[in-house]
Amino acid sequence: MTLIDLANPTKFLSLTGRILPWLAGATAILLMIGFYQAAMAPDDYQQGATVKIMFIHVPNAWLSMFVWGVMSLAALGTLVWRHPLADVAAKAAAPIGAAFTFLALVTGSLWGRPMWGTYWQWDARLTSVLILFLMYLGLIALWRAVDDPSRAARAAAILTLVGALNLPIIKFSVDWWNTLHQPASVLRMGGSTLDRAFLIPLLVMAVGFSLLFVTLHLAAMRNEILRRRVRSLQIMQASQQAA
Amino acid sequence: MRLTGRQIDCVRGGRAVFSGLDFEAASSHALAVIGPNGSGKTSLLRLIAGLLVPAGGSVALEGGADELTLPEQAHYLGHRDALKPALSVLENLSFWRDFLGGDASDPHECLAKVGLAHATHLPAAYLSAGQRRRLSIGRLLAVRRPVWLLDEPTSALDAAGQDLFAGLMQGHLARGGIIVAATHAPLGIEAGELRMGGSA
Amino acid sequence: MTALAALIRRDIRIALRVGGGALIGVLFFLTVTVLMPFALGPDLALLTRLGPSILWLGALLASLLTLDRLFTSDHEDGSLDLIVMGRMPLELACAAKALAHWLAAGLPLILATPVLGLMLNLDATATSAVALTLLVGTPALTFIGMIGAALAVTLHRGGLLLAVLVLPLSIPVLIFGVAASQAAISGPLPFGTPFSILCAISLVSFVIGPFAAAASLRHGLD
Repeated sequence: MTLIDLANPTKFLSLTGRILPWLAGATAILLMIGFYQAAMAPDDYQQGATVKIMFIHVPNAWLSMFVWGVMSLAALGTLVWRHPLADVAAKAAAPIGAAFTFLALVTGSLWGRPMWGTYWQWDARLTSVLILFLMYLGLIALWRAVDDPSRAARAAAILTLVGALNLPIIKFSVDWWNTLHQPASVLRMGGSTLDRAFLIPLLVMAVGFSLLFVTLHLAAMRNEILRRRVRSLQIMQASQQAA
Repeated sequence: MRLTGRQIDCVRGGRAVFSGLDFEAASSHALAVIGPNGSGKTSLLRLIAGLLVPAGGSVALEGGADELTLPEQAHYLGHRDALKPALSVLENLSFWRDFLGGDASDPHECLAKVGLAHATHLPAAYLSAGQRRRLSIGRLLAVRRPVWLLDEPTSALDAAGQDLFAGLMQGHLARGGIIVAATHAPLGIEAGELRMGGSA
Repeated sequence: MTALAALIRRDIRIALRVGGGALIGVLFFLTVTVLMPFALGPDLALLTRLGPSILWLGALLASLLTLDRLFTSDHEDGSLDLIVMGRMPLELACAAKALAHWLAAGLPLILATPVLGLMLNLDATATSAVALTLLVGTPALTFIGMIGAALAVTLHRGGLLLAVLVLPLSIPVLIFGVAASQAAISGPLPFGTPFSILCAISLVSFVIGPFAAAASLRHGLD
């Protein structure tokens, strides 16, 4: 077991060990610039200062979907190419994706409060994100339900891919359901109608948050590899004592 | 026909069960897999049956039907009897006969051969452990498969049952079949030996 | 073909005999629906308005809860090993098992709908609309839920986890099933629009379900 499990990951560990500090630094700088620009951005003539929640909400919402995409790629890696790092990548991404999705929900809800006068509205976009969040939690529960990592990986990979196929259908049906029950959407945000004063900080924040994801993901993958090494050492120890 | 395994590695739950295992079984020959608990006898049978994927190496059947895979040409008799208590003895056997397909024989005859002719219409729930085992052995007869993979086949059988089963295995070998059996007890037929886990 | 028929026949037989789960699903459906007036109050006008939603929710839960054992019982007694080894493609075997499950556990739900519709003060049009959407929608629920049932084999546990994994995936079926029923009763949408989308979702699930379940079973055996 150990040879296949460790050969590739060892290279990965040393490579990421060198890259991670730089990545973390770049993330911090970009996010600082982003926050500064966001703070300096003018208030919206309708929404006032609350519009600034957008600078955190939109990157998180974008990452909530992006991370599922990353996990789907990793799932293909597990099932098709049987790459030893693929299931590590998938497992490490799930909680981070769930965290971004949760932040998207919370910021969306805070943003909605002054708009709707209530923290929660069954708005199409928020509802889709909520379902995505539930799916993340289910996936994490699945990872935690199986002790053997390779078995858990294959089960989770299948669920991730099924989820990826279903997400567009879910999104479509929720949008449809929403227009059926409340024709006018309160939040309207077309990229093209956005003023440059908003667009540039938003892009900086989006890149910053994406880098934050990459940093966290690589760090979580390192942890997961080390955790697996501990596990195989313990198993080896158990079988030695038995012999 | 020849069943060969080359340099098979088996990993279960991160633990190496065995590695670099070679074996060979030709037509009309039986191979008894012996070894202590945990040496991987069941894992080896499940590997041959295609129910486990080997971490390394390969298993192949030469001289079988080209269009069928090895698992499709094998019978697997595991610890569990694959019987539904709610169905009758005959229904259980007929289902497997129809599902597995291929060269099939009359289920009533098969039941007679394993000594269950008197119980065909009873629910399988009423059978004793030995009778359940006899019924699963009937499955081996209901559909012809050249390779028999048997995991502790005689465990629940009484002396008469073991003799009966030895006779059935003899018949299978006489028709050019191959038997690979994991066992603690003597099989009652002439068989080559494959020792597992003894070398370390 | 005999193999396919044999598998479907066997599963239906087991489901309908003593200890099988088919009728428990209907009983659950009945009980959930009867509970609703206690939660909402016996206001018939309100029940009429919510009737289709109540029936759909009950059918959704009933069909998912009975799916729990679809593969685990075969796994526990060793049948699943032989099904995997068999000459029938595993995807087809999975589809056959799902079909048998739907015939034994899903179809009775639809047959029970008129009686429950009566209790919720639905008129004939409304009841038949709900029954028709259930007829098209519950197979989708079975085929989506089958993925969870196959994962339960890998996990050595089903029950609540299965429901948590599968329920979000069945939201589209619920949305269009209820929408089509409502459209038939009160409009303003034509019945055909949501109904044809519901049909499309069912067809998609017939493809995704067996393949995902078979992949899960192949990777999950030990």
